[in-house]
Amino acid sequence: MGRLFAVVVSLIALISAAIFALHTWWLPVDISTHGSRIDRQLNETMIVAGILFVAAQLALAAFVWRFGERGGTRATWPIKVFPGGATPMVVIATVLVGIEILVLTFVGSKVWASVYQSEAAPGALQIDVLAEQFAFYFRYAGADGKFGVIHPEKMSDADQNFFGLDPASDTTARDDIVVATLVIPADQPVALRLHTKDVGHSFYVREVRIQQDFVPGMVIPLHFTATTPGKYELVCTQLCGLGHYNMRAYVEVKSPTDFAQWLKEQAPAF
Amino acid sequence: MITRFTAIVALVGGTLASGPGPHRASPALAGGTISGKVTYTGTPPKARPIDMSKEPSCVAQHPTPVTTQDAVTGPGNSVEYVVVYISAGDEGAAAATDTVRYEQKGCQYIPHVAVMQVHQPLAVFNDDPTSHNIHPLAKVNAEWNKSQPKGAPPIRTTWDQPEFIAVKCNVHPWMHGYFVVLTTSHSTVTDSTGAFKLEGLPAGKYTVTAWHERFGRQSQEVTIAGTETKTANFVLTARPY
Repeated sequence: MGRLFAVVVSLIALISAAIFALHTWWLPVDISTHGSRIDRQLNETMIVAGILFVAAQLALAAFVWRFGERGGTRATWPIKVFPGGATPMVVIATVLVGIEILVLTFVGSKVWASVYQSEAAPGALQIDVLAEQFAFYFRYAGADGKFGVIHPEKMSDADQNFFGLDPASDTTARDDIVVATLVIPADQPVALRLHTKDVGHSFYVREVRIQQDFVPGMVIPLHFTATTPGKYELVCTQLCGLGHYNMRAYVEVKSPTDFAQWLKEQAPAF
Repeated sequence: MITRFTAIVALVGGTLASGPGPHRASPALAGGTISGKVTYTGTPPKARPIDMSKEPSCVAQHPTPVTTQDAVTGPGNSVEYVVVYISAGDEGAAAATDTVRYEQKGCQYIPHVAVMQVHQPLAVFNDDPTSHNIHPLAKVNAEWNKSQPKGAPPIRTTWDQPEFIAVKCNVHPWMHGYFVVLTTSHSTVTDSTGAFKLEGLPAGKYTVTAWHERFGRQSQEVTIAGTETKTANFVLTARPY
């Protein structure tokens, strides 16, 4: 039984490691300028964790193979006691694993911060994002280049005033463009501001390697540059209620000329 | 199950084929008639396109782009979806027994405004290949919201109190409609030309009210003395925002 267990453990470890090593189920192609850093970090983490995982599982299997089916009592077991007993063994293991986790965190946060904690490029295209149960809306400043002020009490799905604009007294709001698809130009930085009307949501586009929560009461900046025109799915990855499964929108990356044409064709919100 | 569902749809659809609104007076019904037209002065808000791109099955149902229905105006400043009803002079009317049909189709509510009497049966259908979660924002009546996956049976209910209830879908924020629950059995909704007709009115003095979700309400008194037809036109004030 012990030897069968050793074989099964080894197979599980090797097959699952192979699935990662061969990229059988991997991320879709990255279409962002920062994504290669995320992917490299992910790869490094997978390699380090993968080597340790496989080594630990194979060691476990070897020990079980070698000693698993011995009878007898503790006094007759051939395994030597770890020098100093179990306590230093646990301490050493904890320190080693702790160092690994801290190193990965430290290196990883540098990559994360370079994407999420950096300033958007000056002149980045500003777009407001509003998440609500269970849809996303996107707002462009319109011809005047100014966003109307958001008044939460004026938010109304009934007349499509998702952003709570006050066109009667706020003239900058009248030409704002509000759409349900995030259309952006390729190779140009975009700077988003994430608002949520109700609960926590998340902005996740796999191809752009961006995942950022919406937090009620906060306006969260997010910026990136997409490189490849196409249509990509934006999904909410923060369980937000009954319709969460259906909360999505599309990201359309267009060539700069197509984007300029698209923007020209959009009707102002009011 | 599907057959039974279809049969119910056909049955209810058949009984309501005569037109919108809870009261469809037969032409043979004796009594007076109040007819007229609802128009606006001022500047109405623009009809805005509805972006349904997150629900491709609904986009596919609309060959031409869909626009908002909260202020639908037509030639000659006519206003559609105005509820015209007897707000005084018709007390104590018994509830109609025919079922008011409310559909979720192409991620829109059809009709945009459904008028019904207190205690009149209401059936809500989901004709879409996707889930809806209808949420009438009732304040006087009990508020509820119910999920209706594709192919689910209709939601059957009634309302206990008169109220103008905005209806939204908790899954598709752009979906918007109204349940108008009235005590009177004489009510209707203006058509695309802004015209309306209230028939079968016994002789008496009535207050006729026109209500629109954005342009407010207006009333006038009309006295009916027999089988005559009286005209009552309404001019509502529109604001662009």
